Amino acid sequence: MTDEIINVGVSEYYVTNNSGVLASYGLGSCVGIALYDEAKKIGGLAHVMLPDSKAISRKGSPGRFADTAIKSMVEEMVKLGARKNRIVAKVVGGAQMFTIPGATNPKNVPGPFASLNIGERNVEATKKVLRELKIKLVAEDTGGNHGRTVYFDTSNGKVTVTSIRHGEKKL
Amino acid sequence: MAEYSRELTPLQLDALKEVGNIGSGNAAVALSAMVDKKVLLSVPRATLIPLVKVSDLVGGAETPVAGVYLHITGDASGSMLLLLEEKSAYELAKIMASGKKGEELSTVEMSALQETGSILAGSYLNALSQLTNLLLRPSVPGFALDMAGAIIDFILVEISQSEDYVLVIETEFDISAHKIRGHLVLFPDLGSLDLILSRLGVSAV
Repeated sequence: MTDEIINVGVSEYYVTNNSGVLASYGLGSCVGIALYDEAKKIGGLAHVMLPDSKAISRKGSPGRFADTAIKSMVEEMVKLGARKNRIVAKVVGGAQMFTIPGATNPKNVPGPFASLNIGERNVEATKKVLRELKIKLVAEDTGGNHGRTVYFDTSNGKVTVTSIRHGEKKL
Repeated sequence: MAEYSRELTPLQLDALKEVGNIGSGNAAVALSAMVDKKVLLSVPRATLIPLVKVSDLVGGAETPVAGVYLHITGDASGSMLLLLEEKSAYELAKIMASGKKGEELSTVEMSALQETGSILAGSYLNALSQLTNLLLRPSVPGFALDMAGAIIDFILVEISQSEDYVLVIETEFDISAHKIRGHLVLFPDLGSLDLILSRLGVSAV
């Protein structure tokens, strides 16, 4: 890994054709989405918080939602010379950090605890958008109940996932 | 409602700081009784923080922390979080569960921390309820020991559905006799903010 690490914070994304390392630290329910065109060595990393921009009236930044983040990254990668059908994806995060006894968390119902399983919904939404765009999901480390940090090396497309008690994984 | 960063006046921020003061003051009394030592409180902060900066509150997204989370329902909604640096969590667990020091937290110690968080949040919200005459009901607590960013991010989801900023009312506490330091953080839902401000007598005209 090189010294220069670009931090992609909550609800941000970053696309580059330079080689280097993009990182998102301390992903809980958030999802890190790494897209890569190996032939051109163009990559992007998003740190999304929410599944679907259409479910919310006021938009905010595109990097916050799985759908808009992926679409924006693909667009910017294509502008830099990537070919859409060569782009592959690796997905990390989407944990459920807290389990509250007795709390039900019905899907997509607003109100208390609706966001307890937001991690799972983030991962589902991410996969759905990738399918729609015909982007191949080549690796993932998702779910569970622990936090993760993701490093994405844009010189070779390799993804490293670190955690406090679940060791390190290479994707 | 969009840009709270521009809409909160200094007077309103002061009133929200007072919320932190009264709430954490009450919680500190409870904590002090539990550990039988003096608890020092920092001056509370009431700040609108960009989402990307929230985990800086506790020293960065990867810092290992123990978090006790409670969801607030009732007349106003939001989240309450007790955050302890890892070492402090072990110390506090040792006192609360009268256990011995170890590398990992036992189940008993975890539930002792969980219960401590619940009691502190309860006393905090009680004081806030009396101040605002709003019913505020804490949920049962959830517990996690992990990276600070991971512990905080889903709370942000809940309170920031359409905002790039969150309102954080935060107090640091310090039990120097036991080398325990932690944070009590109240995240009011922005949708409940107008109601809280009006009950504090500082609503926007």
